[in-house]
Amino acid sequence: MACKIIFDRPESMTETITHYCPGCTHGVIHRLVAEILDELGLRERAVGVAPVGCSVLAYNYFNCDFLEAAHGRAPAFATGLKRTRPDLIIFTYQGDGDLASIGIAEIIHAANRGEKFTTIFVNNAIYGMTGGQMAPTTLPGQVTTTSPFGRDVANVGYPMRMRELLSALRTPAYIARVAVHTPRHIIEAKKAVRKAFTYQNEGRCFSMVEFLSTCPTNWGMTPVEATQWVQDNMVPYFPLGELKTPEEEQDAD
Amino acid sequence: MAKVLLKGCEAIGEAAVRAGALRYFAYPITPQSEVAEYLVRRMPEVGGVFLQAESEVAASNMIFGAASTGERVFTTSSSPGISLMSEALSYIAAAELPCVFVNVVRNGPGLGGILPSQGDYLQATRGGGHGDYKLLVLAPSTVQETVEHIMLAFELADQYRNPIMVMADGLIGQMMEPVDFSAAPKPNPPDKSSWATTGAKGRKPHLIKTLFLSPQLGEEHNRKLAAKYDKMRANEVRYEAYNLDEPRKVVMVAFGTTARVCKTAVDALKKEGIEIGLFRPITLFPYPYKPLRDIAERNEMRHLLVVEMNMGQMIEDVRLATSDRKPITFYGRQGGIVPSPEEVVEEIRKLL
Ligand SMILES: Cc1ncc(C[n+]2csc(CCOP(=O)(O)OP(=O)(O)O)c2C)c(N)n1
Ligand code: SF4
Ligand SMILES: [Mg+2]
Repeated sequence: MACKIIFDRPESMTETITHYCPGCTHGVIHRLVAEILDELGLRERAVGVAPVGCSVLAYNYFNCDFLEAAHGRAPAFATGLKRTRPDLIIFTYQGDGDLASIGIAEIIHAANRGEKFTTIFVNNAIYGMTGGQMAPTTLPGQVTTTSPFGRDVANVGYPMRMRELLSALRTPAYIARVAVHTPRHIIEAKKAVRKAFTYQNEGRCFSMVEFLSTCPTNWGMTPVEATQWVQDNMVPYFPLGELKTPEEEQDAD
Repeated sequence: MAKVLLKGCEAIGEAAVRAGALRYFAYPITPQSEVAEYLVRRMPEVGGVFLQAESEVAASNMIFGAASTGERVFTTSSSPGISLMSEALSYIAAAELPCVFVNVVRNGPGLGGILPSQGDYLQATRGGGHGDYKLLVLAPSTVQETVEHIMLAFELADQYRNPIMVMADGLIGQMMEPVDFSAAPKPNPPDKSSWATTGAKGRKPHLIKTLFLSPQLGEEHNRKLAAKYDKMRANEVRYEAYNLDEPRKVVMVAFGTTARVCKTAVDALKKEGIEIGLFRPITLFPYPYKPLRDIAERNEMRHLLVVEMNMGQMIEDVRLATSDRKPITFYGRQGGIVPSPEEVVEEIRKLL
């Protein structure tokens, strides 16, 4: 019987070995994006925008044009790109500190204008790159280097649910939250990424897929414990699924 | 083509369009919001794009993204807005992308006021943002010259792959003057396909970044940028020497609107038979150190009078140019007050 290759590196990925820590799911998320770029035939028109955060070096792993934005500014950056060249397929790849803290104005306004690009939002409930400080998404009671006694919601408020916040905008958009800590979740996540890029390719709307991601290093856990922590702690606070699609009837006021 | 009567801000917008800059992202701020109000109608006529950003932080980062495609892009703002854009300026300079920033300077610091000022001289020439970067800074003194500088700025931006700043002030932005576009060069942007991020079709991916984790590469990058700034110093110095064909006892140094006022003072004194010189830097970076030094070192030259609409900023460059070998007096007005020619004449009389 002839052998058939059924699993290979997507053309949209380079052969570079990633710098991510063992058990970090940034790499899985990269791969899902690359697979979709391949499957939709978008690689040659794709331009990625890297954030400042652990994924700042994403451009080493994607085999398409790439740029590096300033911290939090990727949505403004992508707006300039897409408005200048609407024929390109633009995606930003941003962490939770990048998108929900320093760059919250930029993401809200880009979403509200209905910018026709795709945001891959990697929520790992912490600032990974700078060594594990509290993020706007850090869970109540979660210990980080700047919340050593656990996040005190009376003092610093509750974690922000960006999927919910952006879905409240009236402008049509595709906004979903997915996870990648089990194969079943990865399959679901890929469907959302496909939809997000398809909507962009059709010039329909802004699209964002929020990923619940692991940071075993800064959570102080083994990779296995980290995936369990996503299931037990993140999923209950950050429910999975689509919250907004452009097909929905917008509420009249 | 006949001259057209335009407000400075409108002329800025029209000049950019004629330079082929069809992407404009900006946030309203007095005294330059009329650029956006002009371009929101003009851009659709020429297939261009204007987008009102949510802040100057966003506008300048939109410019960063748009410039990466190789298209001619620009923004305009005024002092507090330029402070917010300083982050992007540092990044864009580091990423070596061509684009144009126009600062219609108003008085500061803080919210300051909405009247003309030259208080952003040091911000424009010494950085504003972080790190070792330089903007090439042009300082026009009339609406006509502003138009010419805008067009030149796009050429220089493409040539050096660097952000260029045109530093006007609230007077230039708000004043109406006849403008002649007939000498406008046909936009001739170079081929940018070797670096622009426009999709990796049939080629290796392009990468535009400013992070250099390796100290060796970081140093190499800084040196590469420095070599470019040296090239600007060697080739792009621009200035005007007014009534300086012969040595003068007193020479004024002023730029932009203030230089225009000083010219009137020179002409007024000439009628009385008093000959004063005016040295007007046109590029604030690179600063015309050598030509100013040559003038200051003439034996007959006794006194320099630096006139600015600030508390004394360019005077630092005058001191650098002349090594303090001749006395320098400063005359400045602040708070949005433009000095009158009569005031300047009085200051000169004190030195004669
Ligand atoms: C203006 C600015 N402020 C702060 C930093 C430092 N910084 C780098 S990455 C980062 C947070 C990254 O966290 P996140 O976006 O959650 O990404 P992760 O590393 O967790 O994937 C910060 C604060 C910076 N580079 N620039
Ligand atoms: S620090 Fe955290 S987010 Fe960064 S690579 Fe390591 S595990 Fe991933
Ligand atoms: Mg994070």
